[in-house]
Amino acid sequence: MLELFSKLTRRRTSKDVAKERLKLVLIHDRANVSPQFLEMVKGEIIKVIQNYMEIDEESLDIQLTKTTSEEGEGQVPALIANIPIKSVKNVGR
Amino acid sequence: MGEVIVITSGKGGVGKTTTTANLGTGLALSGKKVVLIDADIGLRNLDLVMGLENRIVYDLVNVVEGVCRIKQALIKDKRYEGLYLLPAAQTRDKNAVTPNQMVKLCDDLREEFDYILVDCPAGIEQGFKNAIAGADRAIVVTTPEVSAVRDADRVIGILEANEIKKPMLLINRVRPEMVKKGDMMSIEDIIDILAIDLIGVVPDDENIIISTNRGEPAVAEGKSLAGQAYRNITRRLMGEEVPLINLAGHDGFLSKMKKLLGFESA
Repeated sequence: MLELFSKLTRRRTSKDVAKERLKLVLIHDRANVSPQFLEMVKGEIIKVIQNYMEIDEESLDIQLTKTTSEEGEGQVPALIANIPIKSVKNVGR
Repeated sequence: MGEVIVITSGKGGVGKTTTTANLGTGLALSGKKVVLIDADIGLRNLDLVMGLENRIVYDLVNVVEGVCRIKQALIKDKRYEGLYLLPAAQTRDKNAVTPNQMVKLCDDLREEFDYILVDCPAGIEQGFKNAIAGADRAIVVTTPEVSAVRDADRVIGILEANEIKKPMLLINRVRPEMVKKGDMMSIEDIIDILAIDLIGVVPDDENIIISTNRGEPAVAEGKSLAGQAYRNITRRLMGEEVPLINLAGHDGFLSKMKKLLGFESA
């Protein structure tokens, strides 16, 4: 009953926070990926993209998350990148 | 042929030794022949929790080094028929035993015992690798805390990579009133995250501290809720289907009626 109540009032209990944080950290643990590794990937992606467009490096967001596998084998890790573009460069056009 | 079950967790202090002591005693009380191996070399404690600390002559390292025969090192628990302890060495380190020696030891003990329970050291280094080397099955102990659950996840991954399939989850020190308030992850939450089968849930119970003080496993006395939980887990280990203990317990009318009628599923 209390559980239902807290869901209805959308109060985020401390266990919700715990669960969310755990899920995120386990994605990294299971994929065996360190933050340094992710930083390296991020750096490389920026370098390549900057050849073609000007991007907002500040609000660039790259993270590992989970997604459902297309072969239906359950959850698989996925690399999600959100890269805001300021302008497209005039190369190769 | 006996079965070798390792009790492990990754994180320290979540109740591996208490679990080993209680499940071992529970199995012996059910008429099984059981040996408990303390694989936590250098930090031996299972003897103390079992109340057998004054009876140690030889230890695990003595056995694998051939200083004595297995029979000489086994301590017979006089209180519970069929229960034996093989204590860890206290003055050696985790490298004193190799995985191969552990496999050999477990195989020798299989001949004579129904269950061989191995109390694993915390961590995932050599001591852990030794402890799991001879195991058929594994119980992963965790508590409803982020650090314990994270470490459990890591251990589950390593167990599966070492061909110990389908580890069983034991959630220890659950506080139902905190779960109700949303301040503690529930059993469902933890299973959802770790995605393995549950063998049982043990409530946070001060009787555990009292029984550990005395060196008498809680499973052997009637009253404590944790003791009841361990008795249920013992039965599940032996393949029986036992419903989960009702931790919230005595508040509802229905559960009161059930108790009155003797249908208590605790």
